[in-house]
Amino acid sequence: MRVVIIGNGVTGVSAALSIRRLQPDWEIIMISGESSFHYSRPALMYIFMGHMSYKDTKPYEDSFWQKNRIDLVRGWVTEIDVAGKKLIMHEKDPIAFDKLLLATGSKSNKFGWPGQDLGGVQGFYNLMDIRLLYENVKGARSAVIVGGGLIGIELAEMLHSRNIHVTFLVRESSYWTNVLPIEESQMINRVILEQGIDLRLSTELKEIVGNDSGRVRGVVTNREEFIEAQVVGLTAGVSPNIALAKASGIQTGRGVLVDWSFRTNIPDVFAAGDCAEIITEGEQRNLIQQVWYTGKSQGKVAGEVMAGKESVYDPGIWYNSAKFFDLEYQTYGTVRNVSVEGESNFYWEHPDGSRSVRIVTRGGAVCGINIMGLRYSHRVCERWVAEKRSLEYVLDNLAEANFDPEFYEKCEEQIIREIKKQAA
Amino acid sequence: MEQRTINYDFDEELLGFEEPEKAPEEPLGTARKLSLAVLGFGILMFALQAMGMPLSGSWTGFLLAFLPVLFGTVFYFYIDFKGTVPGIKHDNIYFRGITSKGALGWLVGVVFTGFYIALYWFPEYLSGGIKIVNPLSVALSGSPANNWFFYGFLYTLAVLIFGVRMFMKYRHNRYQKIRTASVMFFQLGFAFLIPNILMLFNQPEFYLSYFWPLKYDYLFPGTVSYLVNHPGGLGMFLIFWGAVMSFIATPLLTYYFGKRWYCSWVCGCGGLAETMGDPWRQLSDKSKKSWRIERWVVHSILVFIVVTTVLLWINSATSGSVFGESSMSLKKWYGFYIGAIFSGVIGVGFYPIMGTRVWCRFGCPMAAVLGIFQRYLSRFRITTNGGQCMSCGNCSTYCEMGIDVRAYAQKGENIVRASCVGCGVCSAVCPRGVLKLENGGTFKDRFSGSDKPLGALIDSLKHV
Ligand SMILES: Cc1cc2nc3c(=O)[nH]c(=O)nc-3n(C[C@H](O)[C@H](O)[C@H](O)COP(=O)(O)OP(=O)(O)OC[C@H]3O[C@@H](n4cnc5c(N)ncnc54)[C@H](O)[C@@H]3O)c2cc1C
Ligand code: SF4
Ligand code: SF4
Repeated sequence: MRVVIIGNGVTGVSAALSIRRLQPDWEIIMISGESSFHYSRPALMYIFMGHMSYKDTKPYEDSFWQKNRIDLVRGWVTEIDVAGKKLIMHEKDPIAFDKLLLATGSKSNKFGWPGQDLGGVQGFYNLMDIRLLYENVKGARSAVIVGGGLIGIELAEMLHSRNIHVTFLVRESSYWTNVLPIEESQMINRVILEQGIDLRLSTELKEIVGNDSGRVRGVVTNREEFIEAQVVGLTAGVSPNIALAKASGIQTGRGVLVDWSFRTNIPDVFAAGDCAEIITEGEQRNLIQQVWYTGKSQGKVAGEVMAGKESVYDPGIWYNSAKFFDLEYQTYGTVRNVSVEGESNFYWEHPDGSRSVRIVTRGGAVCGINIMGLRYSHRVCERWVAEKRSLEYVLDNLAEANFDPEFYEKCEEQIIREIKKQAA
Repeated sequence: MEQRTINYDFDEELLGFEEPEKAPEEPLGTARKLSLAVLGFGILMFALQAMGMPLSGSWTGFLLAFLPVLFGTVFYFYIDFKGTVPGIKHDNIYFRGITSKGALGWLVGVVFTGFYIALYWFPEYLSGGIKIVNPLSVALSGSPANNWFFYGFLYTLAVLIFGVRMFMKYRHNRYQKIRTASVMFFQLGFAFLIPNILMLFNQPEFYLSYFWPLKYDYLFPGTVSYLVNHPGGLGMFLIFWGAVMSFIATPLLTYYFGKRWYCSWVCGCGGLAETMGDPWRQLSDKSKKSWRIERWVVHSILVFIVVTTVLLWINSATSGSVFGESSMSLKKWYGFYIGAIFSGVIGVGFYPIMGTRVWCRFGCPMAAVLGIFQRYLSRFRITTNGGQCMSCGNCSTYCEMGIDVRAYAQKGENIVRASCVGCGVCSAVCPRGVLKLENGGTFKDRFSGSDKPLGALIDSLKHV
């Protein structure tokens, strides 16, 4: 039995390892055109800033793959012959498969902005983009980043570390406020400004302007303002990378359509991770999850199913984390950017504006927690949300969740006092 | 598929990622220039005196050389970090030659190594410097400076100066600040001032912060009888102190806090690694292979020093009738190869090449003992925060002990490793808040099998 996995990102790797665990004898081939070995995508920025070398971003030693008998192929799949069960490769022999997993990840969004194909304009997702950025920063003095999400702020930090003046265009009235409540969002605004980034809120890109040689010269905003730039980063989100699947007759929507066990419409063909869209019955929207841990857990389940085990994906209780320059952020459960009927928000912010905790309750039970500038325990917060604990219970046990390093200022007393006041 | 994508064939393994171009930086401000000038003046004063300028050997000469060095560097570090937002400061580490084994890194390595060679075998080359610190030596210990005093002085100065740098670099992190203050305190007080002052009062030169087996001769019969026969009660106290620290405090404190209580809070070797060594900590080798070598070498040295100590005692009890001179030659061999070459020349000389804890990791018998306790019978562990790890590798990269922290973190496992010195830097650099150093309520919940420490120890020996 030969399993082939397209993509050596976290999803593909997690699937390969779970197949290996269950099927010691199957042949496993993992293909990627981007890199020879699996590396950590979230670590891309640290390579560019000089925190780590590329090899430091590889989560496993090179010998690990051989030891687990996972064959690595560097190359691009250009077509899937679904009926003939083989992959057509760019400048390489076709590869036959018995079972196939698509773990092709995402691609950067481009919204058809005028000038988006000029030289110096790019997205930021993979090693190709890093190489391109190396070219694009040559001689650059200023840059514009369009789109106020997680990747945009990382790109801002990267360019800033090369001493390039960054203007950050955010369509919303505050950074990432389509996801974060206004208080947290404003805390990040402050962090961005403190770093010397020119943050322009409620500002949209209208046009990217080039010079005679086809390279970007600057951008024009919806306020008709011209901003000079030799580099323009387009970071308005990502969407599932489905071109290959779509061209091969595999059913796609926004992503590759799969059931809760990651089966596509074609037998023996599976898809998971960033590229997958899980069909959800009823009123709920189909599920697309595009973060690291969901890739890891989707890949694990997909691998189990491929290896012949009955397994169904359980997304569990949502969590995530990020770092905005030096400000850490963690979230557990559901915290909405605006408060809705039936939910109550309780929010504490440190007097110096550098830390905050938000607890959201729904029907008397805690359903979400946001933490900025502090570290809270995933397991504890998850348990509270899963057990539908009351606000009172959570406050009584708040110290248990603290995950800050030793000797850090403990804020729990303040937090409890403030939130009790708000609850009263 | 886009042309750019399909044509992409960059070999990231072979070529890696060099430094991207940087927009021109603002020229150094006056404050920085001034502090560099002050530093330069101090170095010049030192060099001139070392070459025979008449001031050498006077307090004026001493102060003219070292005050500018102290203030110049401290002030430089202060303003260098002051202008930045508090947080992790690792930009460009892999682009600068000095911190990434470039030409400058090798040059510094050669200079350090050369200094140690001179110190151990050709102290006459250091006589110029030794003379400059003479007034301090006379004031502190009552006797003229020798190469060891000169070394101790420079060592302490380095810990203090770079301690200030650590303070500034980690001014957002209280664990790092307190820990750095602690190593500065123990180096200055216990490893520099007290031993010298003891000598002033005609007492034995004794380092209260070093114990057997690191200070291997503290439990050798020769040292013990010298201390016993020393007039006044202090000698007896020192033997008592050394024995208590080696056999009671070491296991007890390690049980409660892990080996960090010593390795990254008290010890001078650790003190230098954690301060002056900080820019090079990422150079430690993280491979499984080096872990294997580490276990073999460090435990062999421990066995060697235990055997030597026992033999020396048997020999002294039997007045040399059993082993004759052989145990003495073991002692000399150890002193030369391990004490001098390993801990000094390689241990510090190779900072810019192999990272800062080469000695602590591969050589130190004290670390080996502490490590065995830490692994099997301690409350200390590094816990990981559920599923938050995204395998970025910052923790492993900046672990000076070469522990592949990520390998545990990405599986959500505790990190319970004999070699971990509890410096806390993995936790500090983790961008997702995944790692926490903890002294748990009990030692039993650290890893599966930790409730039977002896069984776990025997098991691990089987896997050797
Ligand atoms: C800059 C950046 C920072 C991020 N930071 C975080 C973070 O901090 N936390 C977090 O949770 N998530 C983060 N993410 C998201 C996270 O990295 C992704 O969710 C995750 O990597 C998805 O994994 P995957 O395996 O599904 O896809 P990918 O990692 O995208 O892997 C897909 C692989 O498939 C290969 N591939 C695609 N098509 C083909 C083909 N036709 N032939 C051959 N190979 C092909 C690609 O080359 C790629 O290597 C970040 C993403 C980016 C871009
Ligand atoms: S630094 Fe943190 S997120 Fe990165 S690999 Fe280590 S534990 Fe995981
Ligand atoms: S594991 Fe962490 S605390 Fe232990 S030595 Fe390495 S970096 Fe320091």
